Amino acid sequence: MKIKEITVDAVISNISVVSDFVNEFLENDGCPLKTIMKIDIVIDEIFGNICKYAYENKCGKAEIIVGIDEDSNYVSLTFKDSGIKFDPLEHKRPDVSLSAEEREIGGLGIFIVEKIMDEIDYKYQDGKNVLSILKRW
Amino acid sequence: MNIEKNQNGSELVVKVIGRVDTVTAPELESQVKESLEGITNLELNLEELEYISSAGLRVILSLQKIMSKQGRLIITNVNETVQDIFEVTGFSEILTIE
Repeated sequence: MKIKEITVDAVISNISVVSDFVNEFLENDGCPLKTIMKIDIVIDEIFGNICKYAYENKCGKAEIIVGIDEDSNYVSLTFKDSGIKFDPLEHKRPDVSLSAEEREIGGLGIFIVEKIMDEIDYKYQDGKNVLSILKRW
Repeated sequence: MNIEKNQNGSELVVKVIGRVDTVTAPELESQVKESLEGITNLELNLEELEYISSAGLRVILSLQKIMSKQGRLIITNVNETVQDIFEVTGFSEILTIE
């Protein structure tokens, strides 16, 4: 298992910094492109949410830890922030059976993450929100 | 992300190239919405769309709501990654995908 981590300011403009960092690490270690695409969507959803909601109007940091196990064929991705305590898995699920007119705009991000990843786990530890995700290929 | 717009009378074809995510979705929304007056047929050609996150889905849903009042929206040339996202979110049921 190889692991690498990055700490950045939790601002929207850093989504591409995080994606580039994670992509480069995964590409060098033989992760399939299809899996990397899905990881990019997850970064957009989760890191994007941290930027928008974790620190309200203040500036804060986010840590992203990416791991790859080529023998067991999985990627792990962990997001940590010291913002407002928030468990995204407790959030109300959108009703995906509604028609376009009935649908509310929003609430889909974490739902997508749960659907396209294999495992997702939240804990609040040492004053930090810690969201861990695992994707097999 | 890049957008190519091609209007022919009341028909507008929008080709979306690259990634539609938190950063680029607002631009897609404003670029398409500013061209919708008098449009009855809107086509989103996603042939060169690499991926879409929920921010992009919100834009498509919003366009669907507008077009269901003034005409129709069709989505064309969807790749596998994007189709996966449409399916897990139920968007494949509410959109017209050709």
